[in-house]
Amino acid sequence: MPAISLAKAPQPASTDPAQIRNFCIIAHIDHGKSTLADRMLGITEVVDPRNMRAQYLDRMDIERERGITIKSQAVRLPWRSGIDGGEYILNMIDTPGHVDFTYEVSRSLAACEGAVLLVDCAQGIEAQTLANLYLAMENNLTIIPVLNKIDLPNAQPEKFAAELAKLIGCEPEDCLRVSGKTGDGVKELLDQIVKQIPAPKGDANAPARALIFDSVYDSYRGVVTYVRVIDGHLSPREQIQMFSTGVRHEALEVGVISPEPVASKGLGVGEVGYLITGVKDVRQSRVGDTITSYANPTKHALAGYKDPKPMVFSGLFPLDGADFPALREALDKLQLNDAALVYEPESSAALGFGFRCGFLGLLHMEIVRERLEREHNLNLISTAPNVVYNVTMEDGKEVRVTNPSEFPDGKVAVVKEPIVKSTILAPSEFIGTIMELCQERRGILLGMDYISEDRVEIRYDLPLAEIVFDFFDQLKSRTKGYASLDYEEKGDAEGNLVKVDILLQGEAVDAFSAIVHRDKAYAYGVMMTGKLRQLIPRQQFEVPIQAAIGSRIIARESISAIRKDVLAKCYGGDISRKRKLLEKQKEGKKRMKMVGRVEVPQEAFVAALATDADIEKVKAARKL
Amino acid sequence: MSLSFYVHIPYCIKRCGYCDFNTYTPSELQVGATLEIVSNDYIDAVLKELDAAPLGLVPTIFFGGGTPSLLPADDLGRVIAAIKERNGLADGCEITLEANPDSVTAEKLKRYIEVGFNRISFGMQSAKAHVLAVLDRTHNPENVKKSVDMARAAGFKSISVDLIYGTPGESIDDWCDTVTKALELDIDHISAYALIVETGTKLAAQIKRGDLTMPNDDLMADMYLLVDQLCEAHGFTWYELSNWSKPQHECAHNIAYWRNKEWWGLGPGAHSHIDGKRFWNVKHPTAYKQRLFSGESVVADSETLTQIEIDVERIMLGIRMREGLEISTFSTQQMELLGGYQDDSYLELLNGRVVLTPTGRLIADRIVREITI
Repeated sequence: MPAISLAKAPQPASTDPAQIRNFCIIAHIDHGKSTLADRMLGITEVVDPRNMRAQYLDRMDIERERGITIKSQAVRLPWRSGIDGGEYILNMIDTPGHVDFTYEVSRSLAACEGAVLLVDCAQGIEAQTLANLYLAMENNLTIIPVLNKIDLPNAQPEKFAAELAKLIGCEPEDCLRVSGKTGDGVKELLDQIVKQIPAPKGDANAPARALIFDSVYDSYRGVVTYVRVIDGHLSPREQIQMFSTGVRHEALEVGVISPEPVASKGLGVGEVGYLITGVKDVRQSRVGDTITSYANPTKHALAGYKDPKPMVFSGLFPLDGADFPALREALDKLQLNDAALVYEPESSAALGFGFRCGFLGLLHMEIVRERLEREHNLNLISTAPNVVYNVTMEDGKEVRVTNPSEFPDGKVAVVKEPIVKSTILAPSEFIGTIMELCQERRGILLGMDYISEDRVEIRYDLPLAEIVFDFFDQLKSRTKGYASLDYEEKGDAEGNLVKVDILLQGEAVDAFSAIVHRDKAYAYGVMMTGKLRQLIPRQQFEVPIQAAIGSRIIARESISAIRKDVLAKCYGGDISRKRKLLEKQKEGKKRMKMVGRVEVPQEAFVAALATDADIEKVKAARKL
Repeated sequence: MSLSFYVHIPYCIKRCGYCDFNTYTPSELQVGATLEIVSNDYIDAVLKELDAAPLGLVPTIFFGGGTPSLLPADDLGRVIAAIKERNGLADGCEITLEANPDSVTAEKLKRYIEVGFNRISFGMQSAKAHVLAVLDRTHNPENVKKSVDMARAAGFKSISVDLIYGTPGESIDDWCDTVTKALELDIDHISAYALIVETGTKLAAQIKRGDLTMPNDDLMADMYLLVDQLCEAHGFTWYELSNWSKPQHECAHNIAYWRNKEWWGLGPGAHSHIDGKRFWNVKHPTAYKQRLFSGESVVADSETLTQIEIDVERIMLGIRMREGLEISTFSTQQMELLGGYQDDSYLELLNGRVVLTPTGRLIADRIVREITI
């Protein structure tokens, strides 16, 4: 058997780098990465068949349910090569699989020498996989192309082998064919990993340098930092130092994951494992940073470290105002495990007290929100997400706007907005549809390439604000779900942007303001005033609803005064019932927010600002 | 202490499509029994319940339903006689009969007068056949005038008609015709109610299916203003939100409700208000009778009002009346809120009292909600 028992396998801290192979799997969410990983755990016998469960490495409920990996994992797999009979240690580094986490992906890739490019041979490569493939190629990783799900009846291995060959410049027959489900071809894949991927190189005698590729908060042990040792050696009880901050810690425990954490005597050159220092906050142990020895520090940090930068902002408000302290506590806790999450208190006339939160992207936002709700039992309303604008006034003053209500009133000279370089992969029949959508969303076409006979890669520069606003949903629905999207930051660009205010009875309501392109201001104004006219109940006076850019009104609606709000009959038997009805209606009134003299139901704010899911949730809560 | 009586007669020839009142067709209750037997049994039960009522001179008695005029006058007369004997009737005691224009005859009406009735209220609802058809009413609109004239001839001192507006398919012109026709009758009092679609009725099902469409609130409001103006123009003054009368023809019994007086409701489902307590009887006539004849209480449930609830009710009921409420009823904060409504002409201050204008009456519930806590 090619598996080696853990006890007999080369031990951490004393494994020759020549016996080590570090690799990751690049795949789209449903292309079978977790199943293949499960299979590798089984074949290498690091997990006892009795303890095996599906998606073994995905720890969080959300990861399993959504089939995505939010946090990386690194598993040490001993393997005896079926080709040369030698003993090897394979470190499989799991990577997050989404556009929001490109930086985290790049750091995981930097910890490897090779990558398995896994593609579902019934679907072909997807845009995010392609983006990660390019990242891997930039990192000079050895790519092993693998077609998965060859057991499926609708598999088209020839077609997609040709596609992969074209993308990475190999021959179609170089593509391995596996089935994570049946285990077919997995042993061969492990052998090819040993054969094709270079062993790590490093200087065992140089000052220690280890790359942090992930950092996870564990409520029992504090922060667990995942590292790849480049040079030197990390040992337990050693004093270590974070290069970016210069802060010194003691390595309380050093170990490897196989696939449960096992303490070791240390980690040597090329090895992958974890270390625990007792810090309680992942921001003190940042992804991409270099760990070195305090006694003998390196002078040269590993390249590529970046501070996480929030790209998308949204207000999170508790449905019940009394939950505000609980929300603060939950965010504080979540931040321990999420260095990219930023937030500050915000108060909205409409929604009360909450937090303005910054996220890496839409998925990051959804995940944070879902974790707050699920793990911390909160009921939240989130406002429509927006991007960061940099506004320069005519007097030269600069303002950073993360919330439309902060948009300055005076004379604006220039407004800059973030632009992303996006890649869309789709069957070629949708080229027209996609170009139309990107055109509507102010896209600039950069180029187009056929990646196979009938699949095309289209590249656009797009304002991030347009992507944040339901672009992905539109893309999916207009291409029957076939298109995939990936994007990366491309700096700021000047945009013809204006702030549209929504006024109720002449009074601007901050929660409804939006920053939009001048050409779309009218449409936004008409849409929002129309929506509010439907959502705000009639009052005992007429309520004009206006949309305005500065003092110029661009759209107008009006809610006529209520004329009837009385029950005609009120006799002896009706009195109790009527009094109780009034009391009940008064309870409903308490949930109204006053905007000037206008009573606006909270539902109206939610419906105007939030997602459909929020609206459903509020409706459900109201029924309780 | 004075004590008004409401007597519930839970029988109708047939149930109308919009009605959710506590009423039954006699055959629903006692298979094979004649109306006379049902009526006699029922009145026996009512008289038994009367034993539980407090003593006190009676200023008003109101027979409602159901269709009280369905029952023989002599049966209803037994109730009046029993109350008179037990409690005594105040001078000019108002005794009202709710009647279906189709179920009265000159003889019957005469007999009602003889047993003590002096006020009659006819369910006219509409002068339009197509509106009556939607309401599922059986009477012929022509019969209303006949019945009113017969009632007058029989000696009724006060005659009222009930009207309903806002029926699906009813136009403002239809309603104008109905009110005009009503005002041409020899009557002293008009009640006009916006149609309420109660869940569980045939009408509610028709609307849910989309067979019928309810008029919007704006049309309802216009209809209210129309009946108010036509009534006032014909010498009928509003004295409660949905009631207009010639001088001295206000319904004293209903005023007792709105002024929060004490009353006792006899019959299944009837409510009572005695000494700051509201209670109500079991709803089904059979259960009601069984309980009475086995010596049990017929009270289904009760509530003792808190001071806050008493205050809310006083405002809720008083604001509906022409006499309005004294300014001293309200706190400074409430008066401030009312000031806003005064600015928008929803109410006026007349002789130190807060009185709603016609547009204000249309949003009376909203005003009460805003000022009561």
